[in-house]
Amino acid sequence: MKIAVCIKRVPDSETRVKIAADGKSLDEAGVKFILNPYDEFAVEEALRRKEKAGAGEVVVIALGPAAAQETIRTTLAMGADRGILLQTDRIPTDGLEVAKALAAELKGAGFDLILCVTTVAHLEIEGMKGVAEREIEGGVEVVEFPLPAVLTTDKGLNEPRYPALKGIMAAKKKPLDVKPATLGAGGGALEILALTPPPERKEGKIVGAGPAAVPELVRLLREEAKVL
Amino acid sequence: MSHVLAVLEQRDGALRKVSYEVVTGARRLADALGGRVDALILASGAVKGTEQVGRYGADKVITLTNPAFALYAPEGYARTIAERIKSGSYGAVVFAASATGKDLAPRVAAGLGRPLAQDVVDLAVENGAVTVIRPVYAGKALMKLKVAGTPALLSLRPNVFTPVERPKAGTQESGAAAGPAGRVVVKAIKAAEAGTLDVAEAPIIVSGGRGLKEPANFKVLEELAAAFAGRAAVGASRAVVDAGWRPHADQVGQTGKTVSPTLYVAVGISGAIQHLAGMRTSKVIVAINKDKDAPIFKVADYGIVGDLFEVVPKLTEEIKKLHG
Repeated sequence: MKIAVCIKRVPDSETRVKIAADGKSLDEAGVKFILNPYDEFAVEEALRRKEKAGAGEVVVIALGPAAAQETIRTTLAMGADRGILLQTDRIPTDGLEVAKALAAELKGAGFDLILCVTTVAHLEIEGMKGVAEREIEGGVEVVEFPLPAVLTTDKGLNEPRYPALKGIMAAKKKPLDVKPATLGAGGGALEILALTPPPERKEGKIVGAGPAAVPELVRLLREEAKVL
Repeated sequence: MSHVLAVLEQRDGALRKVSYEVVTGARRLADALGGRVDALILASGAVKGTEQVGRYGADKVITLTNPAFALYAPEGYARTIAERIKSGSYGAVVFAASATGKDLAPRVAAGLGRPLAQDVVDLAVENGAVTVIRPVYAGKALMKLKVAGTPALLSLRPNVFTPVERPKAGTQESGAAAGPAGRVVVKAIKAAEAGTLDVAEAPIIVSGGRGLKEPANFKVLEELAAAFAGRAAVGASRAVVDAGWRPHADQVGQTGKTVSPTLYVAVGISGAIQHLAGMRTSKVIVAINKDKDAPIFKVADYGIVGDLFEVVPKLTEEIKKLHG
């Protein structure tokens, strides 16, 4: 089974976001970038599918700056066979442009499955047919589809493995193909005007201590906040 | 003159609440663009609630039916909507950024070769162009975008656009949506337990963290949620979901759901930055924690320092009194 996994690098979940001087982008100084946590589920799923099938290839692809090679290496250390980086310093704001560039690279390469983030929480594949479950509001949707298919994976699908030292060493020697990303001219259709921090919440008040404070809390929620 | 298409959502033949939010957002754009709001519903037959859509600002309500459209049909829905968009002079198309909308809107956008502004929390028309604000980096920053060209395609984050009454004619039209449903087929919906609300849509969320000490203790939160008479859902922090105490569907925060309820009650949650990212847009936040220095108190409007096992039952009792 030949599987492609589309990944990206994101600021570490614990990072505090700072806005750059241009007021339109992230100040990357001191920001630690990691493999998108959701992507770990996709990589893990691909590795398990290949292991189950007993043969195949897991190819990890990303669009991003040169530094994204490091992120791809993380997935190679988990066990992916090779990586492709479509290199660009200008990541399009429009997801469709990214999707087109990835699709152009993957098209015709004979992939049975292409995994991205994020919605499928359960997956079964038999022959050329798959059944997936995805969370919707207040329930789970059961979806049937033919292969080859593009699937988006969610937390809960599996328990991603940690790269072992052996994997980390091996990852350094695995092929990672870096080529310039081919992007369409339609980049200006979504123009970033500004990036701002979310509005500060004004500091609230401690109503009191212990259960004795509850009646006053309820009064405030009713009369001041008017939410009850 | 440029009209706005609002793509509504139904389940089991009834409109979902998020549909009225979509109409409200569409109305705001249509007022600025000087056009009409057409509300579009795909279904297998008549849909309950469509007569209400005019109240929130739809000039026309169009129901297109196909026997395969009882459940969401990704390809059939996307094709039908794209055709409708091409046949009208729409300046903007508004979807819900619900579970279904997050699948549907990108399909329509790809079909039309147009960009999509997803998960929008505010919108406007400036110098004739649609501008939107969407949270990025899991809510740690807000990005303002200008959508050039038409139609501007956007999806609205649920629970952000409060439905506003703006009575319009709401003239009903219906027709058939011909064509195949597609290769990807939704076979069934396994519904969650009757009466349970999804955290992404509940107006009130009572969330628990490690302070609950063990999974069985979530009972105190379930009792508090129940006291709100069907308006509250129980959420959870990443720590307790990772520990397997609660399902991932209930997780609030960066690797879970981003929520904006009217009232968020954080119980035994310290307030890690990735949790705050998921709930900081709640209208009112209440924190109950025994550690007076917990970061959650920095974002909470009201806090009680104390043992949650004493405070929460008392709160449940007081809320029950209100609902008499």
